[in-house]
Amino acid sequence: MSVSIEPQTAKSAGPVVVNDFVVKFANVNGSGSASANGMFAKSILRMGVPVAARNIFPSNIQGLPTWFEVRVTEAGHLGRRGGVDLMVAMNPQTWDKDVAEIESGGFLFYDSTKPLPPSKFRDDVTVIGVPLTAMCNARYQLPRERQLFKNIVYVGALAGLLGIDPTVIEQLLAEQFAGRQKLIDANVEALHMGVDFVKAELAPLRLQVRRTDKVGDRIFVEGNSAAALGAVYGGATVCAWYPITPSTSLAEAFTGYCEDLRTDPDGKARYAIVQAEDEIASIGIVVGAGWNGARAFTCTSGPGVSLMTEFIGLSYFAEIPAVIFDVQRGGPSTGMPTRTQQADLIGAAYASHGDTKHPMLLPADPGECFEMGALAFDLADRLQTTVFVMLDLDLGMNEWLTEPFAWDDARSLDRGKVMTHDELEAGVDFGRYKDVDGDGIPYRTYPGVHPSKGSYFTRGTSRNPYARYSEEGAVYVDNMQRLLRKFETAKSLIPAPIRRDAKRKDSKAKVADGVIYFGSSTPSMHEALEALEAQGHHLDALRVRGFPFCDEIYEFVAAHERVFVVEQNRDAQLRTLLVNEGEIDPAKLVPVLHYDGTPITARFIAGEIGQILALGQIGAAE
Amino acid sequence: MTYILKPQMHHPKLAANALGFTRRDYEGRVSTLCAGCGHDSISAAIIQAAFELDLPPHRIAKLSGIGCSSKTPDYFMGASHGFNTVHGRMPSVLTGANLANKDLIYLGVSGDGDSASIGLGQFAHAVRRGVNMLYIVENNGVYGLTKGQFSATSDKGSKSKKGVVNHDAGIDLVGLALQLGATFVGRSFSGDKDQLVPLIKAGLAHKGAAFIDCISPCVQFNNHQGSTKSFDYVREHNEAVNRLDMIPARAPIAVEYAPGSTVKVTQHDGSVLSLHKLAELYNPNNRAQALGYLQARQARGQIVTGLLYIDPDASDLHDALETVDTPLNELGTADLVPGAKALDAINAGLR
Repeated sequence: MSVSIEPQTAKSAGPVVVNDFVVKFANVNGSGSASANGMFAKSILRMGVPVAARNIFPSNIQGLPTWFEVRVTEAGHLGRRGGVDLMVAMNPQTWDKDVAEIESGGFLFYDSTKPLPPSKFRDDVTVIGVPLTAMCNARYQLPRERQLFKNIVYVGALAGLLGIDPTVIEQLLAEQFAGRQKLIDANVEALHMGVDFVKAELAPLRLQVRRTDKVGDRIFVEGNSAAALGAVYGGATVCAWYPITPSTSLAEAFTGYCEDLRTDPDGKARYAIVQAEDEIASIGIVVGAGWNGARAFTCTSGPGVSLMTEFIGLSYFAEIPAVIFDVQRGGPSTGMPTRTQQADLIGAAYASHGDTKHPMLLPADPGECFEMGALAFDLADRLQTTVFVMLDLDLGMNEWLTEPFAWDDARSLDRGKVMTHDELEAGVDFGRYKDVDGDGIPYRTYPGVHPSKGSYFTRGTSRNPYARYSEEGAVYVDNMQRLLRKFETAKSLIPAPIRRDAKRKDSKAKVADGVIYFGSSTPSMHEALEALEAQGHHLDALRVRGFPFCDEIYEFVAAHERVFVVEQNRDAQLRTLLVNEGEIDPAKLVPVLHYDGTPITARFIAGEIGQILALGQIGAAE
Repeated sequence: MTYILKPQMHHPKLAANALGFTRRDYEGRVSTLCAGCGHDSISAAIIQAAFELDLPPHRIAKLSGIGCSSKTPDYFMGASHGFNTVHGRMPSVLTGANLANKDLIYLGVSGDGDSASIGLGQFAHAVRRGVNMLYIVENNGVYGLTKGQFSATSDKGSKSKKGVVNHDAGIDLVGLALQLGATFVGRSFSGDKDQLVPLIKAGLAHKGAAFIDCISPCVQFNNHQGSTKSFDYVREHNEAVNRLDMIPARAPIAVEYAPGSTVKVTQHDGSVLSLHKLAELYNPNNRAQALGYLQARQARGQIVTGLLYIDPDASDLHDALETVDTPLNELGTADLVPGAKALDAINAGLR
């Protein structure tokens, strides 16, 4: 074995950092690193220390670079921090870029089997070489074994370096390979190859994981999986979908949960899942099922929503319940299929030709993906229209630490205004598009309900309150006005925003500024608020959770001189919606935009807002 | 507007079926199609078929796309729920409706533009999934509502009313349906009610994807010399391979043909199809032979009609998905929501 660089040089001098650092793994896609890296993250969680873990992956199955970032954060900052304290550089293709990304005074962990020239390293970074390939080649014969166990060996070495208890990882291996003792033993052996090497050859780093109790009963789960479970609890029975990153795992999770939770003892399914031929057919199936009284959804991403727009307009105008989970990715066009953005807001809100508007739910963590995933079906039935649940790649495809899922067993599915056989039989007047209750929501009937009453012809063409074709101007306008009333009604059903007022430590400080944010920007936003607070910038914050916007949001804007709107797209889409729907003076809303495809960071938000606020102070001082 | 209400008076001696319904109970609104349109004959055939099968009208769901043919579901079975969807996308909507409630009878009505042009993909996939439905294409080879453009089923060399010759190969939906695994395939002609009504009856009773290509001349835009979808052309080139009698499950078998020329096929629901052979060599139980026969005749310029293929033991999409017997739209909170306890177990697995 050759170790080309002296391990643990004086460059590592500095205070010991406990439970607050970022480890980034640079790997080659398809090398089996994902499960080892995931186990590394989970072992820290099991030690009671919160982590934020993110996959940064290419649109590729094998060969291209992929990264996995683990933020160890006792303070519970679950957003992406930015910067890397320890780079686990396992991919020669990206070596230079990876090494450059390490914070000054940080660490570089690498496979030292093959010597590298000194020019490949940095003077201000401590290098830790472990001859992983040599160790694995000495122990294993099969190339695949050598590759896969190398991942476990480096996890073992990192455990030794960072003070992670190896028995925690052993337990995780036992859970992952439950019942396959040989596999467990082989993995535990590989783990200890890494641990033992470090013990014999290296000293622990000044980055350390120490047991604490900051995780509580929180769970670690992907937003897509949580949303799929929400769909199960929301009573969805029909799912039609077409594979597209980053939404595929939502349909797959729904399939898995249904198999477990919705299968009768005789093997019969209380659900139907169809992988359709495209997104158009997916939403068509959803609309057909919704028309016929089943709760149905599709999951997709921006390109899919583009294809679905004609049907979304039909759902709006013919008033048919549908749920679409849009797991947003980098657009436009094919865009950045494996990167994250919040860039479908306008596209979803106003999808389809003509005057249309659609409710959207904006979950901020997997717990809300579950809640809103279930709620969406009640809303779709109640409002008889398409309801969007807007996730994004960061939230959908990464495991997030979130509050455990909760359900009130007293809750039942709200099927909305459905006229029954008995009501029809009793002679209740049925007009499919009549506004009986003044809330803009008409009554509907399920096909086949009554032998002679309640049938009607559904169409996307203009019609009168009794569903008869009519292109008369007054009839059309009346109907379009009713649809607007219905949208007003929706405001009271959409989850209210959550307000978080500044801690006004300095009573003299004039709190004049606010910030509006939503979705996966939330943890970074909260961390940025703390950072700004520390700099003396006191901002009131409001997290928007759905569309149409309720009055509380407009009141918040009115109550502040200036409101920053933080979002992950180029064109300030939430801001545009606020301006458009609330007739707000655009000058009042200051966009803070992050759209390079990586998750927004607290550093970025605090930097952008801090800079503007500092400029304002200079201006005031003059 | 175009709605003309029909008088509600019924002739007192109008015959009633086993459910006590008269033919009038299967009618819809007054058609707004052109006088003499083949589509109206198909609507009349659907009305007669449903009446003769004693189907409760409200247990049928009628779905269509966009176009002249897709307007017709308003003109029959007014007591049924109908859905005029978007252009070319009826098959997916019908699939979803069928998934929601397996107990209704699904009738998809479409046209050649709706199914062979914009909707070819959806047509193909609904057929290959085995959705339990009767899918009728009212095929006139032309876009009527937009005044006379060729559709994808126009034959190569066929002339438009303005004299333009079609250079593109025509799509044969029957051949496609056979290749895609449809378990009931027929072709008929709107001008031949005796052939069409039993075919529709058999298709409605069929479990699985049933498809009927019904040539239905457009009197306005495609009924001229040089068209291969005109009344005259179809009459001259029609080659029926069989005549069908459809005997519902509970009815006694009354029709008897001479032995040797008749094949009896019992469908899944117990209904019996009595097939009187006109072409001695034609066997409607053999998919590959059916395709070969059709192609050979097509090359000779003949239009083969009749029941072209049937698999009486077909299964459908619900069988493939192994869904519960109760329609999914009747399942309630207790059937669908696993509850807090199940959630606790899931939470425990995520720590």
